[in-house]
Amino acid sequence: MSYYKMSEEDLRQWVDHLLSKVTVYGVQAKGDRFAFNALNDSSSLRLDYDVTILPPKKYFLPPKETLLSYKGQKYDSVVDEKPFVLFGVHPYDLAAIRQMDKIFSSDNNDIHYMTRRNNATIVALDVQTPSAHNFSGNMNTAVIEGEYDILLTKVDSSYVVDVRTGKGKELIKGMSGLVTAEMALVDSRHKVWEENKSRLRAYPLKPSLSEIPGLLDKSREHPVWAEKAELCFSCGSCVMVCPTCYCFDVQDEAEWDLSSGKRIRSWDGCMLERFALVAGGHNFRKTKEERYRHRYYRKGKYVAEKVGEISCVGCGRCVSACVPGIANPCEVYNRLKED
Amino acid sequence: MDARTMKDIYLPEPATLLEVKPFTEMETYYRIKLDSGRPLGHKPGQFAEISLAGIGEAPISISSSPVKTDHFEMVIRNVGNLTRALRTLKDGDRVGIRGPFGTSFPVNDVMKGKDLLYICGGMGLVPMRSVIQYTLDHRDDYGEITICYGTKSPSERLFTDELENWGKRKDIAFLETVDRGDDSWKGNVGVITKLMPGISIDPHKTVALVCGPPIMYKFVLLELRKMEMSNENIYMSLERHMKCGVGKCGHCQINGLYACQDGPVFKYSEIADVKEAI
Repeated sequence: MSYYKMSEEDLRQWVDHLLSKVTVYGVQAKGDRFAFNALNDSSSLRLDYDVTILPPKKYFLPPKETLLSYKGQKYDSVVDEKPFVLFGVHPYDLAAIRQMDKIFSSDNNDIHYMTRRNNATIVALDVQTPSAHNFSGNMNTAVIEGEYDILLTKVDSSYVVDVRTGKGKELIKGMSGLVTAEMALVDSRHKVWEENKSRLRAYPLKPSLSEIPGLLDKSREHPVWAEKAELCFSCGSCVMVCPTCYCFDVQDEAEWDLSSGKRIRSWDGCMLERFALVAGGHNFRKTKEERYRHRYYRKGKYVAEKVGEISCVGCGRCVSACVPGIANPCEVYNRLKED
Repeated sequence: MDARTMKDIYLPEPATLLEVKPFTEMETYYRIKLDSGRPLGHKPGQFAEISLAGIGEAPISISSSPVKTDHFEMVIRNVGNLTRALRTLKDGDRVGIRGPFGTSFPVNDVMKGKDLLYICGGMGLVPMRSVIQYTLDHRDDYGEITICYGTKSPSERLFTDELENWGKRKDIAFLETVDRGDDSWKGNVGVITKLMPGISIDPHKTVALVCGPPIMYKFVLLELRKMEMSNENIYMSLERHMKCGVGKCGHCQINGLYACQDGPVFKYSEIADVKEAI
């Protein structure tokens, strides 16, 4: 473990240095919001962003990706092995990546996700500007220990660069004039962390995290599901912006010669009407209420049991994406706790 | 783990259709062999993903007993893009296969030495045939065998030669019904649960195996309860869209269970409290 001190100017020079060697995805402004994009140079990089429209999950599980190519009836795996740097990932998004890593590596290893993941170097960044809907403080994900290769924390006007892994060392290698951070500065990160833990709570959460699976167990018939779902458009916005949603669809796309083509994986979502439809027309979750409830049970129980933590990291993206305003997990969990 | 040494769980292996035979207006029979010569290695009740490049992939029950290792069989109903395209294929055409996947009927432990009561509705005979054949291939390992089969109409009956053979056998009881008969039909008329009150079983030494359309299960379960069958001794194969087959895509989820990994064969006592199951 080593700690360096950089000014924002130093950081940008470092990013430009990296860009001469490798693809770097970082956060840029997009209208009045923010998005992860491939950087051309460091000038557009934003380190003060509040939240990105889509989570950085898109670099490991892209909205649309080629799994296989085929010629005739012969298939070949298509695996994206290009190394890249993901620069400026907030702790709650890292917590989500930690969960996705478990999903795609456990049981049946997913070569497509895992290859991208293994070839990625992650530079994490502690939150500087809270977003209006962020409740990661409630979810224990406002601050993260590990999972990153390098962590950047802004303390006053300088950054502490915490190099944690071999991959992280590789990334910083070759930078001239590196200044080791004094221990007092390194320690002062605790103030930032404590502050983030308490201020990243846009909404109160009444039950404790360990209480949530049990609450769900006894709340299947709770009126909140029907009340919220009645307003649902089944548009899937909540699942499309979610960093811990990973349901997918697979379709073939033929080339014009009709003898070759690709098998494509794309994001799908359990809130969409046709998600549980089978051939012949039977839909196993045909009502909005069933789908709405299923999503909550997946986050708070089913997936939670697989990954060992609640499958919601409190990024608040669903809250801002939901047009009828029914997607706030805190509101739902509070209702279950109150009744 | 080094990704390069990992196997791609989504990669189908090439296979050849040894025989394609229309069964009914809607269903087609396929006899399939993996080009590698490797036996599929399935257990009775499991499924595999069948691919036609450019059209897509779908989960289909394996309909033959694992006792036959040089090929396996599927019967596919023409209900979508892929299955419509599959119906146009001829002997010798190629497809892709992934699998086998999922749980199977407990032929080697729970079922052994027991009387077996099979309840098959419509296409439910397709997966059930793999276990029926297996138990008939190992007839001495099991007690009395009763097979109930119901279809909507006589024209929808599958494996008609085999049904005739089952009807003739003295060592099994074979009961059949159709929802609506026609001029040629001389047998029972009515839904499958109408067959059940006439069957006499010892609930303590019987294992019931159920597969049919989603609507069928709750009515069959009511009859089995009347027969004093315990939930522990009822096994059922459930239908969902097992799109990926490997517990990732989410489509086949039944509450917290994945039909592709935890199923499709479930012991009823394990899903009696799972609200989305039946």
